[in-house]
Amino acid sequence: MSTTKPQRPLSPFMLGTHYRFQLTSVTSFLHRVTGIVLGLGAFGFVLWLHAVAGDGVLYGYFRDALASTPGCIALYAFAAALIYHLLNGIRHMVWDAGWWLELKPAYRSGWTVLVLTVILTALLAVAGRGGVA
Amino acid sequence: MSLKTPLARVRGLGSAKDGTHHWWVQRLTAIALIPLALYFVWLLLGLAAADHGTVRLTLGQPFNAVLMAAFSIALFWHAQLGLQVVIEDYIHARWLEVTLQVLVRFATLLAILVALVAIGRLAFTG
Repeated sequence: MSTTKPQRPLSPFMLGTHYRFQLTSVTSFLHRVTGIVLGLGAFGFVLWLHAVAGDGVLYGYFRDALASTPGCIALYAFAAALIYHLLNGIRHMVWDAGWWLELKPAYRSGWTVLVLTVILTALLAVAGRGGVA
Repeated sequence: MSLKTPLARVRGLGSAKDGTHHWWVQRLTAIALIPLALYFVWLLLGLAAADHGTVRLTLGQPFNAVLMAAFSIALFWHAQLGLQVVIEDYIHARWLEVTLQVLVRFATLLAILVALVAIGRLAFTG
């Protein structure tokens, strides 16, 4: 038995060079990432609720933070994550029902989710611009 | 390595009974969150230019208070189930995995309670 390790490329280094990205795995990965982001962001939302119920000091901090440029960027990032996770979640439920599981509809729905996420996030940004400032 | 067949090893132990429970509740909370999340975004858009007093009054209205409470519960329930699976899949050190699972459970439960108390204060005290 040989004791030398075979020099095969291992998982993370294979991405891109030896391993072709597929839309289906990228959308699956994005579903998890946006889920984690939204799950952690939910704690920010609950803190905001607590601030709304309070005397206004904490609420003032929220107001200033959300009106700042980094705050705005964070808000739109959360909006994009929410829209993506919601649309792709619907895609997952269609799969659970047994539809769209063939390659063609799986890819078509994947692109649809990505394009709709961009369009709806842009629309939301336009709709919210009147108020955030 | 046992010579017993897998069937012989599980026979008499009974089923786990909740094999699909996690999967099902994750879908149930997801279905609830579709209209609730849309409502939440719509509500926030309407409040984007509002001052503190208006936000307080709006969230304290019975209709909004009920839906906001439902949204908070469904949101953190769904988040707990999702984060649980992520931790199960990626954290392989057993002590860290269990610690994180306990922390996520406690944190999400606590967040639901904070949300409900805040909404209660807005709804009942004005």
